[in-house]
Formats: sequence, structure tokens, C-alpha cells
Amino acid sequence: MLYFAKWKIAVIAAVCLIGLVFTVPNFLTSETRQSIPDWLPNQSINLGLDLQGGSHLLLQIDREAVLRDRLTDLAETMRNDLGDIRPRIRRSGFQVGDLSVSFEVRDTDRMEEVREVLRGLVTQIGGGISVGAGGPDLQISTDGNRFIATLTEAGIKARLSSAVQQSIEIVRRRVDETGVNEPTIQRQGEDRILIQLPGVDDPDRIKRLLGRTAKMTFHLVDLSADPNAARLPPGTMVLYEEEGEARIPWAVRKKVEVSGEHLVDAQPNYQEGRPVVAFRFDAVGARKFGQITSQNVGRPFAIVLDEKVISAPRIESAILQGSGIITGGFSVQEANDLAVLLRAGALPAPLTILEERTVGPDLGADSIAAGETAAVIGFAAVVFFMFLAYGPVFGIAANTALVTNLVLIIGALSALQATLTLPGIAGIVLTIGMAVDANVLIFERIREELANGRSPFNAVEAGYRRALTTIVDANVTTGFAAAVLFAMGSGPVRGFAVTLFLGIICSMFTAILLSRMIVALWLRRKRPNVLTV
Amino acid sequence: MFRLKLVPAKTSLRFMERRKIAFVLSALLILGSIVVYFGQGLNRGIDFEGGILVEVKTEGPADLAAMRGLMNGLGLGQVALQEFGAPDDVLIRVERQPGGAEAQQTAVNTVKAALDPEFPGISYRRVEFVGPTVSGELVEAATIAVLTSVVIMLIYIWLRFEWHFSVGAVIALVHDVVITLGMFSVTGIEFNLASVAAILTIVGYSINDTVVVYDRIRENLRKYKQMPMPDLLNVSINDTLSRTVMTSVTTLLALVALFVFGGEVIRGFAFAMIWGVVIGTYSSIFVAAPVLMVLGLKRGTRDAEDGSGDEATA
Repeated sequence: MLYFAKWKIAVIAAVCLIGLVFTVPNFLTSETRQSIPDWLPNQSINLGLDLQGGSHLLLQIDREAVLRDRLTDLAETMRNDLGDIRPRIRRSGFQVGDLSVSFEVRDTDRMEEVREVLRGLVTQIGGGISVGAGGPDLQISTDGNRFIATLTEAGIKARLSSAVQQSIEIVRRRVDETGVNEPTIQRQGEDRILIQLPGVDDPDRIKRLLGRTAKMTFHLVDLSADPNAARLPPGTMVLYEEEGEARIPWAVRKKVEVSGEHLVDAQPNYQEGRPVVAFRFDAVGARKFGQITSQNVGRPFAIVLDEKVISAPRIESAILQGSGIITGGFSVQEANDLAVLLRAGALPAPLTILEERTVGPDLGADSIAAGETAAVIGFAAVVFFMFLAYGPVFGIAANTALVTNLVLIIGALSALQATLTLPGIAGIVLTIGMAVDANVLIFERIREELANGRSPFNAVEAGYRRALTTIVDANVTTGFAAAVLFAMGSGPVRGFAVTLFLGIICSMFTAILLSRMIVALWLRRKRPNVLTV
Repeated sequence: MFRLKLVPAKTSLRFMERRKIAFVLSALLILGSIVVYFGQGLNRGIDFEGGILVEVKTEGPADLAAMRGLMNGLGLGQVALQEFGAPDDVLIRVERQPGGAEAQQTAVNTVKAALDPEFPGISYRRVEFVGPTVSGELVEAATIAVLTSVVIMLIYIWLRFEWHFSVGAVIALVHDVVITLGMFSVTGIEFNLASVAAILTIVGYSINDTVVVYDRIRENLRKYKQMPMPDLLNVSINDTLSRTVMTSVTTLLALVALFVFGGEVIRGFAFAMIWGVVIGTYSSIFVAAPVLMVLGLKRGTRDAEDGSGDEATA
């Protein structure tokens, strides 16, 4: 246990050195860091939002809305596909339930034909990596002459997944518009999106932007219908325009003439000193828009955003160049926001904020300062104590191990680009205390062996050897606790788990190899006859 | 040469003979913890309860009474205010609002709108809200995390040692966790995600301590073939006593530094850890080892048989 081959010494020294090289950038200013050549590590530890300040938002996509959309689409497709069959198949209207669409076929002798059409609508979802999610997305069943198309588990998952994916893209665009530096936007779980916005201490605008679906559509107004009437003609619905406190009802055609998908640009602007939003369509949108406006000159055209009429201006003349202006009594801020929303595109379904945690930059800075003070004082106390307890030689060995341990943890955190959180700092401080445990185990063992009358060499040898199994058993169990924390925890707690885990690995390395090497080298040089630990 | 020794080099304290006292003490602590836990419950933070937390800094010392009056007038249900580390630093906690996440969001805005005009120059150091769905899931995840880690350790120790050790370690572990929960309940320290991290670390620390003692018992079982079990356990605890105390002290040194200097946000966490280290140390000496006797650990089992004569003369 006490003989170290030259190459072993070199490897141990190399590990320490690599740790040091990764640690150094943390103590440099960002300018100096940038001047470090690329082949050297030049990244500092990633600070969590609780330390650098920022906002953490957890959003959830409206699952019911996603599925409702899917079923409405499905009913529409069925209507079209079945409608194409000649001679016509007589059937009842579609009933859209929570997870299914159903209808009755009146020509009972043509069930097979219908079944054939519906079968064509079923898509196989590839199992692939997502084991268990494979299979058809729809299940077609019959009950008498009633056909029922039900979304399967796989179909729901796939739909939610793609809705979340789309939403992430839109959310990213909206967030980018606000000029936040390095936002993190990622999927969490089945139907959630986690957004981390470093440096944002007032996320109100972002929350306002994310709180809207921004589905924009243009509809013709049904002038023949009275919006206040109890019954409306089929194909017409009532939507409201909000003007201050007042809610003005409009009877608009359900048919979407042009939709927001065709927008290519939207910019806030002014018209007669009032904020407006100017927009431009792509070629398809421009053609549709031109057609509608030229056929309906003189009639109001409702601009609808998220089921609300923004305004319903009268079409003065055909608009053929594919651009226009939305007026709606906006404030400057509202016009800006609307332009951002229209540019970024509509969300597939509404998002709700489930959780928000915003930390101001002051608190973060205070936490770092307090954490550093605690680390330095805790460290000094432990170092002093170890010297008192184990004397110069073993004290130096243990304390060198302790310093190296810290360097390795910080180096590893930087190299892995793991996120350091406040609980993470607590983890490091805790590690300072616990890291000496391995050395304490060894030194106490050496004391015992010396007391049993062994020679210094023998005692040290036996001390390290016998303490080894204990150290491994003890650390493996603590390692399990850290691993569970990492697997199950979230955010700050995870940061704590990472530092705790790294601390365990580093303390085993420093105690079993580094401190042993120091003691061994000292023993070989001095060859003492009597040893006091 | 001077050496600081917290425990004399050679001790032969009769732990086993005093085990009844320890058992009674532990039983009382556990019983007390359970009674307080179910009587008073935990002061659950917003992580687990849902609700709103706002930390503000005012210009000059905060007028807590005025702020409290203002907050109570908002009709947001229970509002708790406390000075947080400094006179100009106030922590406002508002109970979970009926309704979903949007209701929490609205309440946050209400609080801000009320504070802004009354306390010019106020700054928001922290704004958090957790909706009911999330808090429910966090409770579940935390419970699963603690249980999983206990089960994994049970299995690991069972593989490495005899089953008695595994059961004994888990008894010590549950002992520590229950008494720590009791401490949270008695002191009213906020119980949040960081507290769960603290408990899991205590689990790790306690098992670490216990394993060191058990390791020595296993070794001594092979070494002293004839020694009666109570004596063997006594010797093992005494052998490791110095180490147990030393490590507890270094860990406590670091934790006390964290408690005193680490800032207000981390203070509850540091306190829980300090408590856990003390309890964990106590339990590995007075619970984990004596419990082996109760469980009927005997020779002739796996650990005592193999490695015959190993280092018997050392």
C-alpha cells in the first residue's frame, strides 16, 4: 500500500493538475477568461438562477384544448373524406366527445365502405425510442350502426408531444423578441415546458406574451343576423369586441377567410398619431385577402384574435398588395406586444403558468457572498482542527487532500458545466466537513495499529488497507442517497445532489490515493522509528 | 507532541449495559415526534402547500405592522410576514389561493400593486408562486425519493452484510428521519424542497456512520471468536468512537459556519443538517449497534464463518 510507482505518482499529480486547470477560470474576470486560448478550459461554473438572479417559469399546455383540436380536425377530415364518396352515404352529424368522434351511418348496408375510409385515417406511431408509445393513433370501433373513432394512448401522447414541441418553438421566438440573454426553454414531462430566464427580475411582459395563444383569423361579418338574437343562422357565431368596459357583440361568419398562419411580418406603427400594427401576408395569404376584399367592398371585415374581435373595419377598397393595418385602440405597449405575437406565430394550445420563481440580482449576489464566507470559515475551522488533532505530517496530508478535494469539485463542476445553486454551495460546505472523514478513518486506524505495537511502516500500511473497505462501504451508501436526490429532485435540489456526489468521488480519490501518497513519500524519506499520529 | 483528542485513545465504555436507557430515550423521542407531527403538523412551505412567497427590501427599516395591515386588507386569506435576516428585509407568505395557477398569479399582482404605492423604493428580491398541481407532485416526488433511498440502502447493506445489519441500519435510519421530522414540527422551521434535501443528506450521513460501526462489528466477529456478543458490540463501538466523534465534529464545524454565515435562505437547511448529524451520530452508537442484539445477531452466520483466523493475532 505504501509503494507508489513513478507512473502512479504522475497520474495522481496529473488528475490534480487537470482539476486545477479547470478551476482557475472561476477566479478570473470575464475579460481575462475570454483571452484564454480555446484549447485551454475557459468556462466558469454555471450559476443557477437562485444565484445569478432570474426567472424560472413552468408552463403547462392545455391538454384538453390540444385533444379537442385534434378531434375537431378529425371530424372535419372524416366529413370531407366521406363526402367524397359517390353515391353519397347518408349519416348523422358528428359528435365530438372527450376522446372520441362518433356518428351513425343510416345506409347500414354500406358499413364496410365507411370502415375502409376510416381505416385510412389511422396512422401508425413508430415505437422507436419511446418504447410503449407505439401503435395506431386511433381505434375504430362500431356499436350497431354507430362508428366511434377513439384516440389511443399512443395517439394522445404523440399529439401532446408534437403540440409541446411546436409550443417550445413559438415560446422561444416570443422570448427572443424580448431580448433576454441565453434563455433555456425545454420540455419537461409529457405536457410541460420549463423556461429559465437569467437576469430577468420582472417577467411580467414575458408572462403576458406567453399567456396568449395569438390565434388570428379574419372573418366576414354576417350583416343579416342580429348578434343579440337568441338563435343565429347556422354558420354564424357571436364574438365580442372589448372597448374599455363595453363589450360589443358581432355576428361573424364561422368560416375563416384568412388565418394568421399566412402572416410573414407584423410591426408596430402609428396612424394619425395612434398606435397600430401593420402586417403583411405571404403570397397565398395575399391572394386570399385580395379576393375577399375585392368581393366584399363596403362590408365590415372582422379581425379576430383568440376568439375576440379586435376590430371590424369596413372594407374601403380591394387590398391586393397583401398588407394591411390593424387598428384597435391599442396603447403603444399593446401594439408592440401584438406585433411580437403575430410575428412569432400562434401557439397550438393555451399555456398556463404552473409555477414561477423569480430571484432578483441582489439576493443572488448576497447568497453567493454569504456562501463564500461560510465556505472559507468552515474550511479554515476544519483545517485548523485537523492540524490540532493529527499533527503536522498527517495534518498536512489531510488538509492537502481537503484543498485538492475542493479544487477537484469546482473543476468538475466547471468541466461538466453543471449548475451551481445555493443548496449546491451548501453541499460543498458540507463536503468540506465530510471529506475529511475518510482521512479520519485511516488515521484513527493507524493509531490503533501503532497502539497494537506495529512499526510505523506496518501501522500506516495496515491503516490504509483496513480502512479501505469501510471507506468504500460508507461512501457508496451516501452516494446512493445523492443519486436518488439527483434522479428525483428538481432544480436547486439537483444542484445539491451533483455537488454531494462529486464530493464523495473526489474525497475518495484524495483520501485513498493522494493523502496516502503524501504520507508514503514522507515515510520513505524520513524513515522514522517512532510515529505519532 | 500535542494532539487534540476528543476521545481518549483507549475507551471501554459499557454501551450495551446502558442500552435500555437509550431505547427508552429514543422511544420517547420518536413517540413525541409522531404526536407533534400529527398534532401540529409541518410548517409546509409553498413548495408543498402551493401559494405565494414574496421577499421584499424596503428603504430603511420596514414597518412590519403597516405592511401586515395592508396585506390583511387584500382579502387573500392568511398572510404571514416575517423579518428576514435584516430589518429592511421582509418575507411575505400568502396562503394558496382557491382556484388554479392563474389565481396565484393574480394574487401576486395584487400584492405588488398594494405594496408599490405604500412603500416607495421597495424592491422585490424574490417572487415565487406554486400552483396546486405542482405542489401535489412535489410532495409525491419527495416521499418517493426518501423511500427509494432507504430501500436502496437496505438492499446494499443486505448484500454486503448479514440481514440483521440491514434491518438495524434501516431502523436507525427511520429513527433519524422521524425525529428530524419531529424537530421540524416542533420548531416550525419551514419545510420545503431544501428540507427534503437535508433529510436525504441526513439519511446518507447516518447510514455512513452506521456502516462504519457495522464494518467494525463484522471485523471483530471474525477476530474474536469467543467473545460474548454484548462485549463484542461494546468493543466495536469503542474502537470506532474516536472516529465517530471526530467526523461529527468536522462536519458540525462546516455546518455551523453555514448556519451562521451562509445567509438567511440557507439557515433552515443548515439547522436541519446540524440536528441530523447529532441525531445520526447518536443513533449509530446507541441504536444501530444495540438493535443488533435485539434482532438476535449470532455467530455461525455468514460473516462470522468466512475469513476464519483472519488477522486474529494482530
